[in-house]
Amino acid sequence: MTDYAWPDPATRPLLGKRISRVDGPVKVSGRAKYTYDYNPDGLLAGKILRCPYAHAKVTSIDTSAAEKMPGVKAVRIIQQSGTEIFWAGDEVVAVAAVDEPTADDAIRAIKVQYEVLPHFVSDAEPPKNVATATGPISRDDYEDMEDNQVPDEQVIAAIQKYGISFKPDEKYLKAQQESGVAANVVEALRNAKYVEGKVSTSPYKKTAVQKQGDPDKAFAAAAFVSEGLYGASCITHCCLETHGMASEWTGEKEMVVHVSTQNVSGVAPQVAEPLGIPAGNIQVLEQYVGGGFGSKWGPDRWGMATAHLSKAAGGKPVKIMLERAAEQEVAGMRPSGYGRVKIAADKDGNFVAWQSTSWGTGGMGGGGTPPLPYIFDVPNQRKQNVAIATNQGSARAWRAPTHPQAAVITMGAIEDLAAKMNMDPVELITRNLELTRKRADTYRDELRVAAELMDWRKNWHPRGDKASGPIKRGLGVSLHTWGGRGHNSDCDLTIYPDGTVEIKMGTQDLGTGCRTVITIVAADTLGIPMENVKLLIGDSRYPVSGGSGGSTTTGGVSSSTRRAAVDARGQLFVKVASALQAKPEELEAVNATVRVKGDPSRSLSWKEACSKLGAMPMTVHGKNPDKEKPPDLTNSGVGGVQMADVSVDTETGIVRVNKIVAAQDCGLIIDVKTAESQVLGALIMGISYALYEEKVLDPVTGRMLNPNMEFYRLAGIADVGELKVHMMTGKGYDERGVIGLAEPPVVSPGAAISNAVANAIGVRVPFLPLTPERVLEALEQGGAHASV
Amino acid sequence: MKDDDARKPEPPAGVTRRDFMKISGIGVAVPLLVGPKVVEAAGEEVAVHGPGKVPVQLTVNDRQLQAQLEPRVTLLDALRDTFNLTGAKRVCDRGACGACTVLMDGKTVYACAVLAIDAQGTKITTIEGLTEGEALTPVMQAFVDHDAQQCGFCTPGFVVATTHFLQEHPKATPDDIRRGLSGNYCRCGTYDGIRAVALASTMQGRTS
Repeated sequence: MTDYAWPDPATRPLLGKRISRVDGPVKVSGRAKYTYDYNPDGLLAGKILRCPYAHAKVTSIDTSAAEKMPGVKAVRIIQQSGTEIFWAGDEVVAVAAVDEPTADDAIRAIKVQYEVLPHFVSDAEPPKNVATATGPISRDDYEDMEDNQVPDEQVIAAIQKYGISFKPDEKYLKAQQESGVAANVVEALRNAKYVEGKVSTSPYKKTAVQKQGDPDKAFAAAAFVSEGLYGASCITHCCLETHGMASEWTGEKEMVVHVSTQNVSGVAPQVAEPLGIPAGNIQVLEQYVGGGFGSKWGPDRWGMATAHLSKAAGGKPVKIMLERAAEQEVAGMRPSGYGRVKIAADKDGNFVAWQSTSWGTGGMGGGGTPPLPYIFDVPNQRKQNVAIATNQGSARAWRAPTHPQAAVITMGAIEDLAAKMNMDPVELITRNLELTRKRADTYRDELRVAAELMDWRKNWHPRGDKASGPIKRGLGVSLHTWGGRGHNSDCDLTIYPDGTVEIKMGTQDLGTGCRTVITIVAADTLGIPMENVKLLIGDSRYPVSGGSGGSTTTGGVSSSTRRAAVDARGQLFVKVASALQAKPEELEAVNATVRVKGDPSRSLSWKEACSKLGAMPMTVHGKNPDKEKPPDLTNSGVGGVQMADVSVDTETGIVRVNKIVAAQDCGLIIDVKTAESQVLGALIMGISYALYEEKVLDPVTGRMLNPNMEFYRLAGIADVGELKVHMMTGKGYDERGVIGLAEPPVVSPGAAISNAVANAIGVRVPFLPLTPERVLEALEQGGAHASV
Repeated sequence: MKDDDARKPEPPAGVTRRDFMKISGIGVAVPLLVGPKVVEAAGEEVAVHGPGKVPVQLTVNDRQLQAQLEPRVTLLDALRDTFNLTGAKRVCDRGACGACTVLMDGKTVYACAVLAIDAQGTKITTIEGLTEGEALTPVMQAFVDHDAQQCGFCTPGFVVATTHFLQEHPKATPDDIRRGLSGNYCRCGTYDGIRAVALASTMQGRTS
């Protein structure tokens, strides 16, 4: 039987080496064409008129002046008069014109009147008397419970007690089952009583208390108890290439779409359905994407507007790329997450009890409950979350949804408990590693590696730097986890008689190195140089491959490519065996030759071997998962440890990161170079959200005050200290298979930096970002809890 | 991009705005076939461009480029939308992020913060003008070798900025690099690679 397993370390010419990304040259020279750069002859510029109010009803729209303007080719009302609008920046009217200045003028000529309604944008701690939601379970509620791994019996009990306010069809139930939801939960959904959801006027939605063990008894008996306040503010994705799409009707019911997306194979059905045309009639194209981070999935309202505008303009291409302000205000954000925590340990430092009340906002919908306590399954727990509905553009998945917030809250509480016990937090964490269940050994290895890189034992001091002078230095630590199993992926691999190898796959490269990974796997398996592999991605006409979310791409695309390449190699061996007077199973493909194992003298060059195919090329299909072609080449579940070294100026409140070290596991690493880049990038993004980034909403107007890049501050090159990354490889890691890496390393930097600041200045600064104002406030209050 | 004819720099046709203001003499508007009106405002002669499109002539990557553009069009939008030079990116569109960095008379500028009409009479070099065909400059090659790019959207701006910085500061220290490259933002977090590019280049004296 054919063996699809990853080759062992001795026979991996490319896999696991340090290889420069294949699309590096085209990117560094400015030749890479992004959706934003799509600029065909006759392209019309699309623009959107946005609602300036955080909550309003449209009372009238007059587009007549705009329609008469020379150069304006189409006007489309997106939200009709009478529509209620729930956040500032929401789309009302779209126009297409010969160029951008003309489109801008047309937008200004449109008159829209609104009835302004009261808005609410605060995510401050909810008042104590907020009622617990006792209405039926909405689809959001249910999915939130599943995302947060609420025990099955609790999910079932809630469904049976309250009923559900949505009607799951068989398709939905099947999808739930396939995504790993337990059969008895799916059964409970199927049999659930439908209860009409009540429209609540309160912005607060409190979940029922989740309880495990006997927290009261455990707190009463504990030797050490620490209480604290922790959290992270709303931030945006701030993709450098804003969201956008271009549509062109090439026939009565046929379109070509260029879109900035993480999901090339998944866009066409979403565009087709509202237009009432067959999804297969839409070709979706994207070669390069300027950042997504979880925010770029469907066509979005502006993308659908380009389709309608193009149709109205006789099929001419229409492109809308969001302006920076709209990108920041409506194109996605990471929900805030805050928590009041009580944590207890026995006299030996074993965690015995956890209690938390958490809250946060994800815009009008729920933001997801952070999985608390993070990583450590503390035996006795009581926890409750309040989702706050606010009038702002909805949350979108932001790298490792809910994990960074959970890490800041949990690791902060653990660090404060360690300080109270006058114990090194690394020691306290190590004592409790068994509570992380099957990740314990990985964390133990990684804590050792990270501590060496940071020289933790030498440099760590008990809470509060006793050095004289205003600059205080400290160290902090945090742990994280993520799944990262490879998604569904299909590909076609063709070998041409001239020796060229071509792969087609409907995937995308967000800058993670996806192109490089696929090319390495194919070249490694076929024993040819990477230059021989021509890779075609970014086109919905290629075999379907999953969206790039949740760190699923590398596992998916590498697995499908491996299976296709192994099969193609086997079929080629059959064609060339007679020429080498050997059996197919006696052949191997190495060093750009096909030769007899153990007898290199009987050998054909790769090109000669491929010429035995005759006149016709040969195409082989590969897919993931594929139960017919074991083993499973991808896996799920990684651990990571990070440590931060900071200096805090106690006179100005300015925090500087001197150094961060990261030890990260992701199973078998295909390209060490791009993997390290992914972790380095996550550390830098982490410094950015730990110290600078915050989506600031004005309570008076309900608008974002910093929808730009001067005041929505990203970390710059001068803000980044020394970075050290250690990828866990070799025995214990490689044999697990390929696991995604995009989410995990971005989880811990905020928590590690927050803990380092507490260690430096002796008091906790509760919330990220750790701005000078917040640091000074915490210092003034001497550790008493600061306000949001 | 660079055919032989285009490489011979030609003097800009017509008069630049500055020249025009020098020769236009006094006070009131002097109608010309093309070019701005001049009015007196607060005792100064001021050229008034538009409304509507005006002829604009730019020298970009040693080529003369002409177009009819509204005076409000930025150099960045002219490069990208009119001349299809899309290496410079529009990201913040207000001089904060550096993704649109180009060279104007040998100095880095944010192309989103310069009007196209104001760029007339200067020599503009974009990322496309740093190299020919698929050849990479040493700085570009160093960006590849040190993996100093991920999504790549900030990369062309960073390459132009780094190239210029290293020309001006061939012996830059790590501190110089932190300060000198602070005018560009990256979202994926490629600064570690960019620092390595700059350091390696200063050590090897590769500055072009």
